[in-house]
Amino acid sequence: MSDFLRNMIRFAVFILVQVYILNRIPHLHRFIAPYIYYLFILWLPFSVSRQWLLVIGFFTGLTLDYFTVTPGLHAAACLLIAYVRPIMITLLTPKDSTEFNYREPSPKSMQWTPYIVYVVVLTLLHHTYMVFLEWLSVGHFLDFIIKVIATTGISLLLILAVELLFPRKLKFRTNTA
Amino acid sequence: MRNVFLFISRYRTFFTFLILQGVALWFLFSYNRFHRARFLGVANEVTGRVNTQYNKVEDYFELREENRRIHRMNDSLLNLQARNFMRADTSLQLVQDSVPFDTLGHYRRYHFRPATVVYNSVSSQKNYLQINRGSNHGIKDNMAVLSSDGSTVGVVVGVSPNFSQVMSLLHVQQKVNAALKKSGDFGTIEWDGKDPGFLTLRGIPRSIEIKNGDTVLTSPYSFNFPPGYIIGTIAETITDKSTNFYVLKIKPAARFYSLQQVFVVENLQYTEQTTLNQDTRKRIEDPKKASAK
Repeated sequence: MSDFLRNMIRFAVFILVQVYILNRIPHLHRFIAPYIYYLFILWLPFSVSRQWLLVIGFFTGLTLDYFTVTPGLHAAACLLIAYVRPIMITLLTPKDSTEFNYREPSPKSMQWTPYIVYVVVLTLLHHTYMVFLEWLSVGHFLDFIIKVIATTGISLLLILAVELLFPRKLKFRTNTA
Repeated sequence: MRNVFLFISRYRTFFTFLILQGVALWFLFSYNRFHRARFLGVANEVTGRVNTQYNKVEDYFELREENRRIHRMNDSLLNLQARNFMRADTSLQLVQDSVPFDTLGHYRRYHFRPATVVYNSVSSQKNYLQINRGSNHGIKDNMAVLSSDGSTVGVVVGVSPNFSQVMSLLHVQQKVNAALKKSGDFGTIEWDGKDPGFLTLRGIPRSIEIKNGDTVLTSPYSFNFPPGYIIGTIAETITDKSTNFYVLKIKPAARFYSLQQVFVVENLQYTEQTTLNQDTRKRIEDPKKASAK
């Protein structure tokens, strides 16, 4: 399966799961809103250029926005993590070994610890910015802090579950491939 | 000049980021001000199609609840039928037909249209529903939406040819005129964005005696809602010492988690009423401008 097709399918699945399952189930508490769709951006291949990352991030967020009728909210947050993603990857991985050996970020290609740091930082950024934008129009500051922490917690739990349930089989890339 | 171009191409990614971020924020903030999304018309059609497909499946899971509501509604309507009543001592028969005007001066004021909810959320602070009727079916902005058992759901705020967006009562910018069933005193229903299980009713003076469990109905002074449809019941009274008004927590009658069939209610005199209202305000409160015209 080509990278393009694989990511198109992933995109559709993540958006549908987010819109029709996670946004539909009654939440445990009003602060605990599960989010997973942005994992699509975290899983994009290393080879995507920074410009394209921004464009893809923007439209991923916008697609979700049109389902939840909050134009711009998720788009802004996704754009932010799409911008920070390459910086995080360069910081966390030894330059030569991974970028060219594996296709995309995963516990296998980056090792567990750097991968967890990568996911935690981007999740926190995404939720902080998104909840901040929501909070600008309505809310209290304490609500804002609690919601960021609770939402980040539940999202990380979901991502961990996804990583353990669906281990991605990444082929070691050679020159011939 | 050349340096400027070099500078821009060097930080190309950062500038793209800034521009797209600007676009996103522009979408977000202009939407909040006008209750309208940019390009919502097109996007609404697309998300509407997807939502309809999903809804075909989801409907089956809520059939039991829906049946119960419709049964209750039917029950109340059957009780109203003319043949339930009998005149004691005369052969006169009262017939009411569906022509909008009759010789006694009755005329139709509200028109009900059925619709199906295709998207619904209760988890954010600004909740919208999407229904499968749009401008092709005569839906316009500001029409009221009632649940299948007659409880209040929200107001239409956006229309595309085949779908409409409804601002739910669970929306922090929603304000609906409400009245107590017992005394007829009116106030405003709002939502504080916290618990989808409770709405807030403000503006009822403290001089009135109220009890928990009292019914709150739509007010006869509302332009879009037909009067006398249930909004909810009083669950808790919070006395705000600083004002002369109650702050009442209302348990909504509509079950926002399992909405399926709704009625869109058109006030046939809505335009006339609102235009008169605006014109009067303009003339009385700002006489200079009016006379200049």
